[in-house]
Amino acid sequence: MTTPTGAAISARGLRKSYGDKTVLDGIDLTVPEGTIFSLLGPNGAGKTTAVKILSTLISADPGSGEVRIGGHDLAADPQAVRAAIGVTGQFSAVDGLITGEENMLLMADLHHLPKREGRRTAAELLARFDLVEAAKKPASTYSGGMKRRLDIAMTLVGDPRIIFLDEPTTGLDPRARHTMWQIIRELVTGGVTVFLTTQYLDEADELADRIAVLHDGKIAAEGTAEQLKRLIPGGHVRLRFTDPATYQSAAGALPEATPDDAALTLQIPSEGSQRALRAILDRLDSAGIEADELTVHTPDLDDVFFALTGPVPQAGESGLPSELQEPAR
Amino acid sequence: MSSMSLAVRDSSTMLRRNLLHARRYPSLTLNLLLTPVMLLLLFVYIFGGTMSAGIGGNRSAYIAYVVPGLLLMTIGSTVVGTAISVSNDMTEGIIARFRTMAIHRPSVLIGHVVGSVLQSIVSVVLVGAIAVAIGFRSHATALGWMAALGVLVLFALAFTWIAVGMGLISPSAEAASNNAMPLILLPLISSAFTPIHSMPGWFQPIAEYQPFTPAIETLRGLLLGGAIGHNGWLTVAWCLGLTALGYFWSTSKFNADQK
Repeated sequence: MTTPTGAAISARGLRKSYGDKTVLDGIDLTVPEGTIFSLLGPNGAGKTTAVKILSTLISADPGSGEVRIGGHDLAADPQAVRAAIGVTGQFSAVDGLITGEENMLLMADLHHLPKREGRRTAAELLARFDLVEAAKKPASTYSGGMKRRLDIAMTLVGDPRIIFLDEPTTGLDPRARHTMWQIIRELVTGGVTVFLTTQYLDEADELADRIAVLHDGKIAAEGTAEQLKRLIPGGHVRLRFTDPATYQSAAGALPEATPDDAALTLQIPSEGSQRALRAILDRLDSAGIEADELTVHTPDLDDVFFALTGPVPQAGESGLPSELQEPAR
Repeated sequence: MSSMSLAVRDSSTMLRRNLLHARRYPSLTLNLLLTPVMLLLLFVYIFGGTMSAGIGGNRSAYIAYVVPGLLLMTIGSTVVGTAISVSNDMTEGIIARFRTMAIHRPSVLIGHVVGSVLQSIVSVVLVGAIAVAIGFRSHATALGWMAALGVLVLFALAFTWIAVGMGLISPSAEAASNNAMPLILLPLISSAFTPIHSMPGWFQPIAEYQPFTPAIETLRGLLLGGAIGHNGWLTVAWCLGLTALGYFWSTSKFNADQK
């Protein structure tokens, strides 16, 4: 399972276009074994296309470079790649007409497990994913969270070393989402490599060892969550006023602040520590000014995401320097 | 595991899946069975009195005349269900999962085909039993019956592969039903209900050079006696040709990149 580079997944210059619409414009990916890699991007960024190519569902365009999954060349030996991977797609890959248990046994048969071992594996996974009670019901009657759990349980039947999860928590309620996160963390402790796509920044932040931000078919940035957060300037304190006169005098008292005359807000660069906050408050106090609202903003992946992937919905909210904001398309 | 035993093993797994579907949701199969049964009763009891005059016999002679065609039409009707269920199945997420697994790929389709051929045969037996109940009599030997069954299986195999291809190119169940409609209509323009020589001259070649007519004539020969002639070879040729065509068409469609 080890490649010369020690990567579970490596792709060079991955390209895909449909007609004249370019979906993937030459992306490079490297995922070390036993880590969680997250491909982050808005809807339509090309995340699912990337997963489909890497999981052998569709082929990359001819101009693409080499793709190796689990040490196998994707183009030359897709069947060996298939034997190494498990895939849970965006839309539940379960057979709705048969029961959860039958779905599991179907997977066991297709992985050519001996009868008894297949039954044991199915029973174990159904128990692990809390599906014992529902095991005898048709999968079409399951809730969204149950379907996803069954989906992942089915993916795990063959004990794959590399797992692709395409937006595994989209559409799940918060509790089901946290259950899914727990499941994903447990997978990696067993040495499995996880390739995760998501449009949720907190999910990538929570789970991923490395994150790549996909935008317009290109990797806009890649690194750990910390590295990505360092890409954009530090946090700030935001003061909001309702009275224009107070706003004006506050702007005078805090000359380093960035004023927003329309919103009557001031933004003061700050790392958000207690000392820094007290200093600001002291200066306001000595000028006899009271702000109507004070918020502390520390940079998070949202900032990175918006900075890298285009227009910010409310410019005043994000506190990004304008040079990082792309023009609206 | 050799690729042959992999193919057999995965195909039998897929067949089990298919039969499970058919057993859980029998309504489609039963609906499609209704068409040939209704036609059988319609042609024998409603049209039979008049039609029998056309072949120069009585009602029971017309039963004998019409049953071979209706048995084949039963297959045509069953495979419309195959096209619909293949088209439905392709929209299921699990098909994408199958594509990402190291399995024998055509097994997904082979499961459908074998399941559907079995369904066809069960339906044919049911329609045949009704035919016997309303007066169909055959003096065929056991060998003749075996040969007739062989023709029906071969015919079902050929038309099922074609129907699988139709299911694969259909974006929805409705489209699949429409695309497969010719498989039900073809027997109406064959020698199933009326002799070809009674049709307009310009139409006779159309009725004659299509797969249903030689298959019907072969079944008539086997079940009722009479000359089969070149129809036997023609039927086998049609069936093998359509099977090969359907197989390569379907597997290439199934292996093509998905959108």
